[in-house]
Amino acid sequence: MTDTHFKHDHFAHCESGVMSLMLRHHGLDLSEPMVFGLSAGIMFAYIPFVKLGGMPLIAYRNMPRGIIKGLQKNIGIKMKLHTFSNPEKGTAMLNTLLEQGKFVGAQTSVFWLPYFPPEMQFHFNGHNLIVYGRDKNEYLISDPVFENPVRCEIQDLQKARFVKGVMAPKGLLYYPEFVPAEIDFERVLPQVIRKNAKSMLKTPVPIAGVSGIRALARKIVKLAKKEPRYASLFLGHIVRMQEEIGTGGAGFRFIYASFLQESGVILNSQLLAESSQAMTTVGDEWREFALMIAKAIRNKQGKSIDFKAISDKLLSVADSEAEVYKRLIQI
Amino acid sequence: METANVPQQDISTYSGNKKAMYATQENGEYTTVASTGWSVEEEVTKQALQELERLADNAWQAVCSGTFSPLYFHMYNRRMDLPTLAQSTGFFQWRVKRHFKPAIFRKLPVKTMTRYSDALGLSCEILCTLPSERVPKDD
Repeated sequence: MTDTHFKHDHFAHCESGVMSLMLRHHGLDLSEPMVFGLSAGIMFAYIPFVKLGGMPLIAYRNMPRGIIKGLQKNIGIKMKLHTFSNPEKGTAMLNTLLEQGKFVGAQTSVFWLPYFPPEMQFHFNGHNLIVYGRDKNEYLISDPVFENPVRCEIQDLQKARFVKGVMAPKGLLYYPEFVPAEIDFERVLPQVIRKNAKSMLKTPVPIAGVSGIRALARKIVKLAKKEPRYASLFLGHIVRMQEEIGTGGAGFRFIYASFLQESGVILNSQLLAESSQAMTTVGDEWREFALMIAKAIRNKQGKSIDFKAISDKLLSVADSEAEVYKRLIQI
Repeated sequence: METANVPQQDISTYSGNKKAMYATQENGEYTTVASTGWSVEEEVTKQALQELERLADNAWQAVCSGTFSPLYFHMYNRRMDLPTLAQSTGFFQWRVKRHFKPAIFRKLPVKTMTRYSDALGLSCEILCTLPSERVPKDD
C-alpha cells in the first residue's frame, strides 16, 4: 500500500478543489475561491448549438481545464499534463507516478465512477479528482466534492478516464512541476479581476458574459411556444447547471464573492469588500430565480408556467451582475 | 446567503452525501458549510432522472414490439442518447441508427459489437437481449 501523508479536504467544485489541494501539498496555500478567482473563473455562457443530453450548453464558469490553464498563465505555476491514446499505457503511467510518491490530478467521467450515487451518475466527462495512493487493486482517491476520501478499483478508474465523446478526458493526468513560493498579489489580483470583469461585460459574442445571461432570458420567453415537457426540462436544466454541478451555490457567484472578499483583505480595498457584498446579493438573486423555476415545474403543467416572469427575473439578475463588474473594472 | 440559511433538507438525490456551500457568517466573512441539499436541486435532478427513465421505458416498449433492436433500449438505459452513443463508440449517427434495426443488429460482426459493449459497459450477451421485465425504479 502506497498510502501517504496526503490530507483530503471537502470543496465545492472539482477543478478548483483539486488545484487548491494540490498546490497546498506543494507549499502554496491558496483557498478554493482564490484558485477560482486567480484563474478568472467566473463566466456565463449559453451556447444553444452545443448540446449535452439534448440540452444546450449552459455554463456559469470558464471552460473545463480553464482553471489549470488560468493559474499557469496568471501566477506562473507550471503543470505537467499527460494524455494517452491507449488506456493501458494511461494506467501504467498513473501507477508509475504514484510509485514516485506523486499526487496526481485526473480528469474522468462521472458516470463510470462507482462511488458516485446512482442519482448523480450522468454522462459528464469533465470531472476532476486526485489519486494519492494505491492499495493493491484499488486507488486511494481524494474527490474534492466528497466529504471523505474514497476508493476506486483500477479497472473502474481506467474506464472513467478513457470514455470518448464531448470533453473526452483522454486519460488526462496532471501534477505541478513548478510552484512559486509566493505570489505578487498586489500586481496580479487587480489585473485578473479587471480582465475577468471585462470579459463578462464586453465579450463581443452575444452568448457569453452578461449578454449571454440576457440571451438566455430571451430564450425563456420563447419556451412558451414549445412543447410543455421540453420547456419544463429546459428550465430544470438551467437550475441543474447552476446548483447541481458543484458550484458552491448560485452558479459560482458565492465562490467569487468569497474570492473578492479575500482579495479585498489582502489589498486593503474598500471597493473589493463592497463588490463582494454586491456579488453575494447577486448570488441570492440567482437562487431566487432557481426557486421560481422549481415552483413552476413542480405543478407539472407546462402551460401554467409564467415564462415572462421567469425571464424578467433573469434579466434583473443580469442587470445586478453587470453593476458589480462595472465597479470591478475600475480597480 | 448566510450560513444559517444554507439548506439542510437531506435530499434523496444526495444519498446521504453532503456538498460544500459558500455562505457568510454573522460577521460577514465567507466560510464553507456542508449541506445535505436543497429541495430546489432535488426537484430538478429528479426531473432529469425521470426523463431518462421515461425514455428508457419507451425504448423498452419499442424493442418489445419488435421495431427496434435491444441496442436502442440499452442506450437509453445507460442514460445516453444517439449523439452520446455515437461519440462514445466513434460511429457516425446514421450507422448507430442503422444498428437500431433488429435485422441489421442481429448480423453485426463481433468487432462492431465490442465497440458497443465497451461504450455501454455491457457484455455482448446482455447487449443482444432485452430484459423480460421493466422494473420501475423508485425515485
